[in-house]
Amino acid sequence: MAAEKRVVFRSAWLPWVLIAPQAAVILVFFFWPAGQTVLQSLQQQDAFGTSTEWVGFANFQRIFSDPSYLASFRTTAVFSILVAVIGIVLALVLAVYADRVIKAAIVYKTLLIWPYAVAPAVAGALWLFMFAPSVGVVSYALRHFGIQWNHLLDANDAMAIIVMAAVWNQLSYNFLFFLAGLQSIPKSLLEAAAIDGARPWRRFWTIVFPLLSPTTFFLLVINVIYAFFGTFGIIDAATEGGPGKETAVLVYKLYFDGFKALDLGGSAAQSVVLMVIVITLTVVQFRFVESRVNY
Amino acid sequence: MKSKFLVSCSLATLVAIATPAQAQTEIQWWHAMGGALGEWVNDLAKGYNDSQKQYKVVPTFKGSYPETLTAGIAAFRAGNQPDILQVFEVGTATMMASKGAIVPVGKVMKDSGLQFDQSAYVSAVAGYYTAPNGQMLSMPFNSSTTIFYYNKDAFKTAGLDPNKPPVTWAEVALAAAKLKAAGHKCPFTTSWISWTQLESFSAWHNIEFATKGNGMNGTDARLVFNGPLHVRHIQDLENMAKQGLFIYKGRDNKADVTFPSGECAMITASAGLLGAIKKNAKFDFGVAPLPYYQDVPGAPQNTVIGGASLWVMSGKPADHYKGVASFFNYLSSPEVQSASHKRTGYLPITTAAFKLTEKSGFYKENPGADVAVNQMIRKTTDKSRGIRLGNFLQIRTIVDEELEQVWGGKKGAKEALDEAVKRGNEQLERFQAANKS
Repeated sequence: MAAEKRVVFRSAWLPWVLIAPQAAVILVFFFWPAGQTVLQSLQQQDAFGTSTEWVGFANFQRIFSDPSYLASFRTTAVFSILVAVIGIVLALVLAVYADRVIKAAIVYKTLLIWPYAVAPAVAGALWLFMFAPSVGVVSYALRHFGIQWNHLLDANDAMAIIVMAAVWNQLSYNFLFFLAGLQSIPKSLLEAAAIDGARPWRRFWTIVFPLLSPTTFFLLVINVIYAFFGTFGIIDAATEGGPGKETAVLVYKLYFDGFKALDLGGSAAQSVVLMVIVITLTVVQFRFVESRVNY
Repeated sequence: MKSKFLVSCSLATLVAIATPAQAQTEIQWWHAMGGALGEWVNDLAKGYNDSQKQYKVVPTFKGSYPETLTAGIAAFRAGNQPDILQVFEVGTATMMASKGAIVPVGKVMKDSGLQFDQSAYVSAVAGYYTAPNGQMLSMPFNSSTTIFYYNKDAFKTAGLDPNKPPVTWAEVALAAAKLKAAGHKCPFTTSWISWTQLESFSAWHNIEFATKGNGMNGTDARLVFNGPLHVRHIQDLENMAKQGLFIYKGRDNKADVTFPSGECAMITASAGLLGAIKKNAKFDFGVAPLPYYQDVPGAPQNTVIGGASLWVMSGKPADHYKGVASFFNYLSSPEVQSASHKRTGYLPITTAAFKLTEKSGFYKENPGADVAVNQMIRKTTDKSRGIRLGNFLQIRTIVDEELEQVWGGKKGAKEALDEAVKRGNEQLERFQAANKS
């Protein structure tokens, strides 16, 4: 960005017209539904919406006095950290190795990008098949090592299966960004370091990793948001929040309360809470983490 | 050539404009029947459409029961509701409370001028969908109850008499132990755990699942399924789980597939599973009444209804309601009912259909096919008439969650049931507060 060229619009209205289409899309598809959610969180409606009553903050009071909702925060924190960290680390490793491959590189890359085309619910179902306690391929193999896999009753097994499915589903996305990031690192830097006698591991830590930090940071934000919002399909297909409520993360509880239990006020209140959390997280990440990132 | 083409085009346009004048009225029917049952629904619609020219019933599969209900609600809010919506029994209280969204079936039939005799319907079935004032609110469609299936081949291998299914829960445990000793990995499992092991279980032993006639008499009902008999039964199941005699296969009907596949040798499940078992099981199987505890006076009483009914949505043109009434009339005819009953295992909803099936010799040729009917066609008591509660879906999920703690060894039976009752009652209190009027 050394030679920055700044285009200045002389007209007062032209820039507004130019951003109008994008602004309209954001307004209609983001701000309008978000506004509706805020309104609904203050109402109590019957399922069909034939009667509406304003109840103030009663919905919020109700969800925060529900111990299972509070427990869901812990579950969500564990789940999001696992998904984001494992997903990013694994994708980085794969990207570094895929970047080195010379023969048939395109095949590896295509195969690695493939899972992204799988819908979350399908991803959940696939992992469910492999880990089905009695007939799954993996659980069958695990039995040979003396491990009794049963995610229907074992909370850790259940958490493991949704983390694996969520990571796998998001891996391609992370992989793509890391690969692009790796390819944009000037080869001359690495060659210079190699001539100076830096071993591959040192080259990675002192050159590649710092130069990838904007990508890593971006992916951290995206993965946390993904774990918060994009994973309910996986959870619904694989565990339905069980056993007990051990894998009912915030977004799954919201989905269940809103779409299955038809408690719209309560689920809207949960949406608002979730919205506040993600806004806070994003602001924190940009204010404090970004300042340490090298661009 | 070109002019000829133009002529035929304009002719086609003319025809296209002319047809709507005598077009059939389309009746949209959203349902939740997949697989073999989906074929059955399509055949029903086809049978009706072929029987007359005025109306055309268009069935659309909308996914699972909860998904279908949610789709219907979203469509109603957007003003695009179907004419007929299939709603599972768990959603019944919600539908009854949504007075502005539905038209009672009793009214639809009366307004249509077609003959409609409410007393022709089996009371244990129709009673569930009838308002306290006696008006039928929805049309019973696929009504089932909970029954017991067992694998006769597995019984033989284990040295058990294949023609003597276990009658009591003690016998179930004994049979399970023998099956396990013979190397069976899943002696007993169950689908719909709340429905089979607590709801039907209560009615079967003539004890309350909830107060106020199990919620049939008012929204101020509260759960009471933590009594001594319930605790005893869940404890027995817990012991069976510990010994590997009862294998938990997941929520809802997740366990269903494990029986026809041969994986599990005994299962308590919906009578509606019979069709799939007949189609897929590669072994000899038997059907038996739900097991019970012998020392309980009055047991066995009757089991409770499950399945779904058809609700008529409000806000449609008058001629649609006439079509709906005529379709319901077709569905209730003894011939159609009897054929459906034979095909799916669901209960016949009219007494005439049951008699017709009996007369055809079907029950003699298919022993076990009458088990569900016999469990239902009995004189019911206030405690066994049915269970109709608000926020029932949440209550069932709470039961799932708490019982999973029992099978996982984290909670005792009493502790889990107490907690389930407490959490479930919070749901009932909320429903009562939201539906005061």
